[in-house]
Amino acid sequence: MAPDFREPLNIIVTGVGGQGNVLASKLLATAAVEAGCRVAVGETFGVSQRGGSVMSHVRISRSKAYGPLIPLGAAHLVAGLEPLETLRVLGSYAGVDTQVIMNDRPNYPLACLSGAAAYPDVAEMVKAAAGLSARTTVIPASELAARAGSLLAANTVLVGALAGSGLLPLCREHFLAALDTLFQGSIKELNTRAFLLGLEWRQEEGRQ
Amino acid sequence: MTVMAQAGKKVALTGNEAIARGAMEAGVSYVASYPGSPTAEIPGVLALAAAACGHYVEWSVNEKVAMEGAAAASFAGLRSLVVMKADGLNVALDFAGALALSGCRGGLVVLVGDDPAAHSSIREEDTRTICKAVHLPVLEPSSVAEARDMTREAFSLSEFLALPVVVRCVTRVCHASGDVTLGAIPPVERRPVFGREDRVITFSARLHALLEQKMARAAEHFAASLFNAYSGPGQSDTLIIASGPAVFYAREARELLEQEDRVGILKLGTTWPLPASLLLAHLRGVKRVIFAEEVEPFIEDGVMALAAAEGLLHLSFYGKRSGHVAGSFGPGAGELDVDILKEALAGALGLPYSRPVVAAVAQSLGQEMPVREFALCAGCPHRASFWAVKAALELDGRGGVVIGDIGCYTLGMAGTGYHLLQTVHSMGSGVGIAGGLSQLRRFGFDRPVICVLGDSTFYHAALPALVNARFHRSNFLCILLDNETTAMTGHQPHPGRLTTAMGEAGDTVLPEELIRGMGLPCSVADPYDVEKTAVLVCDEMRLPGPRVLLLRRACALVAVKGREKDTVSVDPEKCLGDACGCARFCSRVFGCPANIWDETAGRARIDEAVCSGCGVCAALCPRQAIVVKRREGVGT
Repeated sequence: MAPDFREPLNIIVTGVGGQGNVLASKLLATAAVEAGCRVAVGETFGVSQRGGSVMSHVRISRSKAYGPLIPLGAAHLVAGLEPLETLRVLGSYAGVDTQVIMNDRPNYPLACLSGAAAYPDVAEMVKAAAGLSARTTVIPASELAARAGSLLAANTVLVGALAGSGLLPLCREHFLAALDTLFQGSIKELNTRAFLLGLEWRQEEGRQ
Repeated sequence: MTVMAQAGKKVALTGNEAIARGAMEAGVSYVASYPGSPTAEIPGVLALAAAACGHYVEWSVNEKVAMEGAAAASFAGLRSLVVMKADGLNVALDFAGALALSGCRGGLVVLVGDDPAAHSSIREEDTRTICKAVHLPVLEPSSVAEARDMTREAFSLSEFLALPVVVRCVTRVCHASGDVTLGAIPPVERRPVFGREDRVITFSARLHALLEQKMARAAEHFAASLFNAYSGPGQSDTLIIASGPAVFYAREARELLEQEDRVGILKLGTTWPLPASLLLAHLRGVKRVIFAEEVEPFIEDGVMALAAAEGLLHLSFYGKRSGHVAGSFGPGAGELDVDILKEALAGALGLPYSRPVVAAVAQSLGQEMPVREFALCAGCPHRASFWAVKAALELDGRGGVVIGDIGCYTLGMAGTGYHLLQTVHSMGSGVGIAGGLSQLRRFGFDRPVICVLGDSTFYHAALPALVNARFHRSNFLCILLDNETTAMTGHQPHPGRLTTAMGEAGDTVLPEELIRGMGLPCSVADPYDVEKTAVLVCDEMRLPGPRVLLLRRACALVAVKGREKDTVSVDPEKCLGDACGCARFCSRVFGCPANIWDETAGRARIDEAVCSGCGVCAALCPRQAIVVKRREGVGT
C-alpha cells in the first residue's frame, strides 16, 4: 500500500464529453473494488457529454462510504484528458498537496474555433497548473494512445499513468483484473496496451 | 456483465445498474420505460439480463403507455417496474393519479429519476411534490448500494400497501458508482392471473378515503423503517434531517467542522408520507433543525407544519425557507454539496466559516478561461439539417420562425445549431406551438412557421398535435430530424426500428407511413446533401398546409461504431487560409468540432481524433479544399 494513501483518496478525472471520462472512472472504481476498497464515483452523463466540460469524482476509502462529490480544494489527484479542462478543475479543487497528471492535446471549445475566445497556449496552461500544484506532470496521452492503436484510448493511458504514480492503493493486477471485467476481445487488448503504456511512461518519468 | 455476478460478490456498480439488480433480486417480471436521463440505462441493463432471468423489458412509446403496461402486469399479480425521468412522470401523471386510487396487486415500483441542477434536463423538478399530490409513497436512496436495497424492498412494500411505490433517485445516485454486495436473484415464478371476476376500478370518492388510509398505514410503517436512521450523540441540541445523497454531504460537513459530538443526523429514506412519530421523537430533544434535501423544501415544509401542529415552538429551523441552505443559485435551486452544508451548519451553530478560496486561474494564466458550450457531435446530421434550415430561411427572406423540441437537437438553441430554435419546452410540444402560431394568421401574423423534432419525440407525443393541425388546416412545416434512434439518452430503439429492447423483431412503424396515413404530405431527404435539403426546405415552407419534411440520416455516433471511418483532410494547396475570404468558414462558421485551425500553417485542419468522416464540410467549403477519402464499400 502506498505510503501517502489518503483517506479517502480523492481523484478527479476531467476532460471533454466524448473523451472517455466515464470509462476512465469506471476502470478506477472497478480496480478499487478488486482491491477490497470502498468507492464512490460522482459524475453526470447525458447532454453533459455533448462536447461540454466533464469531470468524474472518484473517492477511494479503506472502509467508509462517502458521498459522490469531493469538497472544494480537496482533490489529491487530478487526471486531465485535456489541458484547459484540467486547469478549470484545478481552479476549484486544487489544494495544498494536489498532484496533477495532464494530457497535452487541446480540444478546442466552439467559442475558440469561432474566434469569440482565444484558446490559451498549452505551455502557459502547464505553467499555470504547476503554479497551483507543484507536482504537475504532463503526459503525451493522446500520442501514447495512438501508439496503442487508437487516439480514443487516451483515457486508459491516463488511468495507466495514475496507476504508475504510486499514489493509489491499487496494484497493476487490480487494474488488469478490472480491464478483464470491463472489456472483451480486441477492445480489451487495445485498452490493456494503452493502460500499460501509460503505466510504464509514468514509472519511467518517476525515475527521472 | 458485472451486474449479473453471483450473489455474495462485492462489485462496483452504477446507481442505475444497482437499481436493475435490485429489481431482479425482487423477482421482477415486467419492465417498461421511455428513456430519460438520469435513469435511461436501467432498462438497457435489464434487457441484457432478460434471457437469463426470464423477465420482459420494453422501451414503450412514452411513459404513460409504459406505466399502463406495468400496471396491467401488476393487476395480474406479477411484479413490475416502470422507469422514467421526472418529466416522464408528468406525461404519465393522469394515469398515475388514477392508479393510486385503484391500487395494485403485484408489487409495482415507479422508478423516477430527478435531476437536481438539471444536468441533462430542461428543469430540476422535484418528484416528491407530485407524489404528494397523487398520494403515492416515496422512497429516496442516498447511495448506490441503497438504491439496490430500496428498489428490492419497494416491491414488497407495494404489495403490503396495495399501492404503487415511487423510488425517487437523483442524478448523483443514478449516475454515481459504488460498491454493492450482490444478493440472490430468484427465478421468475409467478404466473399471471386476471379472471372475468377481477375488477380494478377507480370511480369513487370512497376510494380516495381508502387511499388516505393506505397512506396512513405507510406513515406508520415508515416510522419503523430501517431506511431511516439516526447517527450522532445520544443528547444533542442540533439535528440535521437529510435525504438522498445530501445524507453523505451532511455527514462529511459535520466531520470537517468537527461537530460529531454535538450534531445528530436523521437520515430519511422514506420521504412521503413523512414518518411523523419518528420525526417528533427526534424533534422533541433538540433546539435547532437543519434541512439537507434536494431540490424543494419538501421535508422542511412538512416538518415545520408538524412542529407547529404539535406546539413545538422552541425550535429554530435552518433550510431553504430561512435561506441558510443555499448554493450558487440561491436557496431551493440547484444541487447541494459538502461545502454548501458546511456553510449552513456553521451558520446555524454560529461557527466561524469562510468558503474555500477558488484559485484565480484566469489571473495566473493572464487571460479569461474560455467556456465550453455544449456542441452537437462531429458529423451530427442535425448540424447539417440546421445549416440547411438556416440557409433556407435566408433564401426565403420572410423572417420564418423556428420552434424547437426535446432531444439532441435542442442544442439548436445554442451556437452549435446557429441559435435557430426560438422555443423549447417539453416532448412534442413544438408541433402544438407551431400549430398555434400558424393559426395567428387570422390576426395578422404573417411569418412562415417551422418546427423541428426528432424521431423518438415524434412517436412519443407529436402525433395528437399533427392530427390537430391537419383537422384545423394549420399552416406550418414540420421537419422531422430522423437519426433512426433515441440518441440523447444512449441510442434506445423506438417503433421505427427493426428490433425491440429485448432484441426481438419488432413490427416497424415508419414515420412516413404514419404521416401519410394522417393525410399529410411528406417529403424525404438526406441532410448530408445540404444544398438539396436547403432548397427543399425553402420550397416546402412556401407550400400551404401542415406538411412534414423527413430528414433522415443515422446518428453519427451509431454510424461509425465498429466501422472504419472515411478519412477527411484539408488540401493545404487548395486552402487559402485567411486570404480566401471565407472567414474560416469550416471552423468559425459551420462550427463542427472536427474543423480546427492550424495557427502555424495558417490553414484549416481536420482533427482526426474527433472527425466522423461525414464529409459535409467538404461539400460546403467554397474552395473545395477539403478532401474525403471514402473507405471501400462504405459509400456515402
